[in-house]
Amino acid sequence: MASLKALRARITSVKSTRKITQAMKMVAAAKLRRAQSQAEAARPYAERMERMLASLGASVAGSPDAPKLLVGSGAEQVHLLVVVTGDRGLAGAFNTNVGRFARSRIRELEAAGKTVKVLSVGRKGAAYLKREFANRIVGEISMAGKKRVEFADAQEIALRITAMLEAGEYDVCTLVYNRFRSVISQVPTAQQMIPTMLPEVGATDAPAAGGAQALYEYEPNEEEILATLLPQNLAIQVYRAMLENSAGFFGSQMTAMDNATRNAGEMINKLTLNYNRTRQANITRELIEIISGAEAV
Amino acid sequence: MATFQFELVSPEKLLLSRAVEMAVLPAAEGEMGVLPGHAPMIVTLRGGVIAVTENGQVTERLFVGGGFAEVTPGRCTVLADEATPVGQLSKAAAETRVREAEAAYTAAAMDTPEKRDATMARLLSARAMVLAAEAA
Repeated sequence: MASLKALRARITSVKSTRKITQAMKMVAAAKLRRAQSQAEAARPYAERMERMLASLGASVAGSPDAPKLLVGSGAEQVHLLVVVTGDRGLAGAFNTNVGRFARSRIRELEAAGKTVKVLSVGRKGAAYLKREFANRIVGEISMAGKKRVEFADAQEIALRITAMLEAGEYDVCTLVYNRFRSVISQVPTAQQMIPTMLPEVGATDAPAAGGAQALYEYEPNEEEILATLLPQNLAIQVYRAMLENSAGFFGSQMTAMDNATRNAGEMINKLTLNYNRTRQANITRELIEIISGAEAV
Repeated sequence: MATFQFELVSPEKLLLSRAVEMAVLPAAEGEMGVLPGHAPMIVTLRGGVIAVTENGQVTERLFVGGGFAEVTPGRCTVLADEATPVGQLSKAAAETRVREAEAAYTAAAMDTPEKRDATMARLLSARAMVLAAEAA
């Protein structure tokens, strides 16, 4: 049986671990609130962008000189996966879930004879996928050290994706990230970005348009508007994924740290019980020794 | 006077959503006034100031760095790349931006026409920001 001193040392160590996990839980909760409100603030823009794109895209999609961003390169041989994960660990299975999801997707695509490239946003995803798919990773973007996700960061990533498309490095681009369903539930999701999935015109247009679908006038013209709208749309999709990722990350971290705190508490109880038992056993033994010593005299 | 629903959103938040009488937008091909019952339109915006009129007076002036606007008879939605109330603009920050944009434009001199156009748009937007900051 462990000595009293060793037990005491373990109890102190578990207690300080509990303090740390408790503090991390509080921090995660605060950051979660901020990330959630940021994600909510981004929603109106994304919704309206979608509506605008629906009416615009429908009128241009059929024409042969439609922009590449909208219709892709026509082939679907090379797939680019943009995998969004957290930059840090200690968040339960959050990063592993996206990683596993991405891995099975890569395997599926490769089994179908496609070439896969991976652009990783967030350090953990890259670390996870590197073990198996090191030669498929074409880039790694880390957001470590940033307090919050800025739209400019998403824009930069979108620019990179666009540049790669123009260089003909891939045909289909899919975004893989953890969709934030609730604080305790994040769902790994794949969303195709290029070619653009056009939302149904009728479904998104509010009835406020007054019955018949209004015909828009475009200034300067459809092509030019699309040329600026599409990269923006790409950026907003990446931005949204990053926001959901960060909200999900903190949610997951909060749950993980809550569990860790509870487990530490349980462990402390067990160790304390053990400690007291050992202490009592020691006292009893000493008493027996003293008494039997006195009897022998 | 008749009003229409005016919305101004940036990727980071919803800045304005209410019924107004008139909005003047810095459209890519010249300033454009929107009144209730305007024909449906989608326009691109350049850097400039949006002026919103309510009860016969200009109540809000916001600088946008570029973006799009969707106009229907009963509604006008502006998707701005970034938007700041004119009163909160800082002239110094705007001037730094002009310098950066000028450098980018010079650097892009040998690039494709599209890239040059993009940097040009950025420079013009930054200059508009300085003007707006000065006027405030």
